[in-house]
Amino acid sequence: MRIFKPLFIISVFLYLYLPMVVLITNSFNQSKYGYHWKAFSWKWYEKLWHNTGLMDAFVNSITIAVLTAFIATILGTLMALAIHRYKFRFKNVAGSMLFILMMSPDIVLAITFLIIFIALGIQLGFWSLLIAHITFCLPFVVITVYSQLKGFDENIIEAAQDLGASESKIFSVIIFPMILPAVLAGWLLSFTLSLDDVIISSFVSGPGFEILPIRVFSMVKVGVSPEVNALATILLVISLTAITVVSLLIKRKNSDI
Amino acid sequence: MTQSAFLSFNSVSKRYQNQEILREFDLTINDGEFFTILGPSGCGKTTILRLIAGFEQPDHGCVVLDGQDIGNLPAEHRPTNTVFQSYALFPHMSIYDNIAFGLKMSGVDKAEIKQRVHEALSVVQLDGFENRKPHQLSGGQKQRVAIARAIINRPKVLLLDESLSALDYKLRQQMQNELKRIQRQLNITFVYVTHDQEEALTMSDRVLVINNGQAQQIGTPREIYESPVNLFVARFIGESNIFKAKITQCLDNYQYIAEIYGLQWKITADHKFAVDEHVNVILRPEDLRVMYSEDAPQEPGFVGKIIERNYTGKTLDSVIQLDNGHILGISEFFNEDDPDFDYNINQKVWVNWVHGWEHVIKADER
Amino acid sequence: MNISTFSSLINFRRVVITLTLSWLTLFVLLPHLMVLLTSILSPDSEHLVVWPITLDNYTRIFEPIYANIFWDSLLLSGTTTVICLLIGYPFAYFLSNMTPTLRVVLLFLMVVPFWTNSLIRIYAIKMIIGKKGIINSFLLTTNIIDTPLQILYTDFAVVIGLVYILLPFMVLPLMASFDKLDKNLIEVGRDLGASAVNRFIHIILPLTAPGIIAGSLMVFLPAMGMFYVADILGGAKTLLLGNVIKNQFLVVRDWPFGSAFSVFLIVLMAALLAIYHRANSYIQQKGGLDDENL
Repeated sequence: MRIFKPLFIISVFLYLYLPMVVLITNSFNQSKYGYHWKAFSWKWYEKLWHNTGLMDAFVNSITIAVLTAFIATILGTLMALAIHRYKFRFKNVAGSMLFILMMSPDIVLAITFLIIFIALGIQLGFWSLLIAHITFCLPFVVITVYSQLKGFDENIIEAAQDLGASESKIFSVIIFPMILPAVLAGWLLSFTLSLDDVIISSFVSGPGFEILPIRVFSMVKVGVSPEVNALATILLVISLTAITVVSLLIKRKNSDI
Repeated sequence: MTQSAFLSFNSVSKRYQNQEILREFDLTINDGEFFTILGPSGCGKTTILRLIAGFEQPDHGCVVLDGQDIGNLPAEHRPTNTVFQSYALFPHMSIYDNIAFGLKMSGVDKAEIKQRVHEALSVVQLDGFENRKPHQLSGGQKQRVAIARAIINRPKVLLLDESLSALDYKLRQQMQNELKRIQRQLNITFVYVTHDQEEALTMSDRVLVINNGQAQQIGTPREIYESPVNLFVARFIGESNIFKAKITQCLDNYQYIAEIYGLQWKITADHKFAVDEHVNVILRPEDLRVMYSEDAPQEPGFVGKIIERNYTGKTLDSVIQLDNGHILGISEFFNEDDPDFDYNINQKVWVNWVHGWEHVIKADER
Repeated sequence: MNISTFSSLINFRRVVITLTLSWLTLFVLLPHLMVLLTSILSPDSEHLVVWPITLDNYTRIFEPIYANIFWDSLLLSGTTTVICLLIGYPFAYFLSNMTPTLRVVLLFLMVVPFWTNSLIRIYAIKMIIGKKGIINSFLLTTNIIDTPLQILYTDFAVVIGLVYILLPFMVLPLMASFDKLDKNLIEVGRDLGASAVNRFIHIILPLTAPGIIAGSLMVFLPAMGMFYVADILGGAKTLLLGNVIKNQFLVVRDWPFGSAFSVFLIVLMAALLAIYHRANSYIQQKGGLDDENL
């Protein structure tokens, strides 16, 4: 048991990381097919730079992920607040909707989004992608923030009310600082889910606005060029940087409290 | 009750990470007694319990139960059972299944399990609760189930870890009597851990007072309360007024004259003391005599004034500030002749005590 | 409270509540109802859907060709779920017993791969298990085998890919379940003489059942929809339900039929959720949005 435990954990991570290692290694591999190591080279990064189609898709993916993360976090935080603090009609309907949103398989959500966009006459492209991504990220933000809201002492808010703080003051001075770690975690989660998504994006993106998974998917049939490896590596580096910054912020905030 | 060493610790040491909890700790518990380990939180009392239960193994020394060293026997093989502080009932099992768990694990046949579960339920007076779930019970009922579950295996020792602390005052008192009754009925050794001195005094045959992993005093509740061996015990068990005193004259039969706050008092001790030796004279609040200054008899006494008075129902508890600045706590039972008796704040009073009610300990003990 | 803060309270409240309800109605409730409606309409090449109402779409699901896909899909998802559980359960158990810092680091390491898109990760798996991939070239050069193994384009490859993508979704609910497990209960088990095996069967397993079911739920249903995994790693025969739905929506453009499949999935989800709630109330824990398991 003593040896089994670390061995088991290491094997799981090996399984999770082997593909990443292959991607990163091949991005510096001169060989086109990536099955054997030939020599170190930056050539795929150079080629990627000139591959406007792939670069556009890459920039679009990041744009959608960042916008989604911001909007879903704001919206989700407000929803969590509403569900936690206010009594209103159809509150349990709202709760059920969020629950369904979280539990529905992506493929089901994908067609519900496709159908509503067509029915509302929303052109498939930037807006449809953004709305869909925001929506499927929402429940994860709500649950993260909500559980934090539930965690803290209700008396603190009552004490503030007792001392004459207005609703907006209560939010900005008391509630918001306390839920900030959860809000940041929600941002991170949204960013991750948006960047990782394939299924929903496949249904709601249009020819005018291509994002990475769609572009790569179209390349699979004819053979994916090694620029994609370079791109995946860059994506990983950018995300890691962003996330390190965010988690440092969380850490600072946590130590404040 | 047989008075033989049944469970003993022989110079047991235990540390967690860098903290030493017990050091060469000795303990002897007799067969069939209700033994309480009393101490403030973090004193090592729970560790002692866990060492007996087998959740912890001693680093050094041995734990002997009924002549067998059980120090390295895992918990599941020990003839001890525990009633946990948080009850720890299995939430997914009915009351019946909770209580039957121990018997099922030792492979007892179904018919016997059924009979013994019913017996256990009637011991804790919960007949008819078999099919309920833990969440349908009140705190006191959960407590009873936890006890029934622990006694069904007929353990040689039943361990109770602050088992009553989660109950409210009334229920706690009721359960104290209940526990004593169960202990008498089953005649098994109970080891009870608590930080509540009242509980310890009420239920136990013997009490061990422990602090910082060190045994302070072991004895009957009466011995512990009336003759604390040191200031820690005196302060921890009940309220105490502690007078610093100096022996000025030795009489015979452990009688001395001592100087307290400039007055000469005759005191009785159970130790030999020499002239000029410093001692502590301990008096419980109910052992002090208080009178209005103007009614004071011609005897030595301290003079002071009432600075606080609290009505508790049974007693009138007052705080007196002596003219020399020292603070005393007194507790008086109501007098049949004058049930409305009360003090005014700043009332001048006179305090002394009946010779022989004092308890004297050495000053060098903490 | 003066007039202006009072009105700002009303406005803040009202804006938040209106926003919540309208967003969820427009993009969740309404679309789901429309899928339901679409599934009973007739397909039309020009207008996508037309009246009259029909149940043909549902009867067609049971045609052998689709029933087979459905069955294969269930089997693949089931296998994936079981493997995720076999890996995820001990993994979550080990993680839940670690120091908080180590746990956070390991959980973080689990999320990192998500930041390259999952499609690209699946494509990387293809490079590993392909005929000339790392595994085969390693086995060939070390002379363990003399002809390359056919892993790619098999059902097995699809399962490898599905487990790869979905394992974290199994681990997280399980971790939550292990965190909630009262360690005292395991001590009580020991105290009452239960062996390690008995403690596992009678205490740990039933009390982590909600986590097992929640995790399975988050693996089993999504697995059926992962069309790109089947497309990239699967053989010509390996089709998941997701491939059929995608095909009906984006290629054949038979929306009602595709919707009928989705409704099927939704019904399946509802059934599994019902099981989850029963298991949850069975061990006395709250379900719904309050539940950290989800």
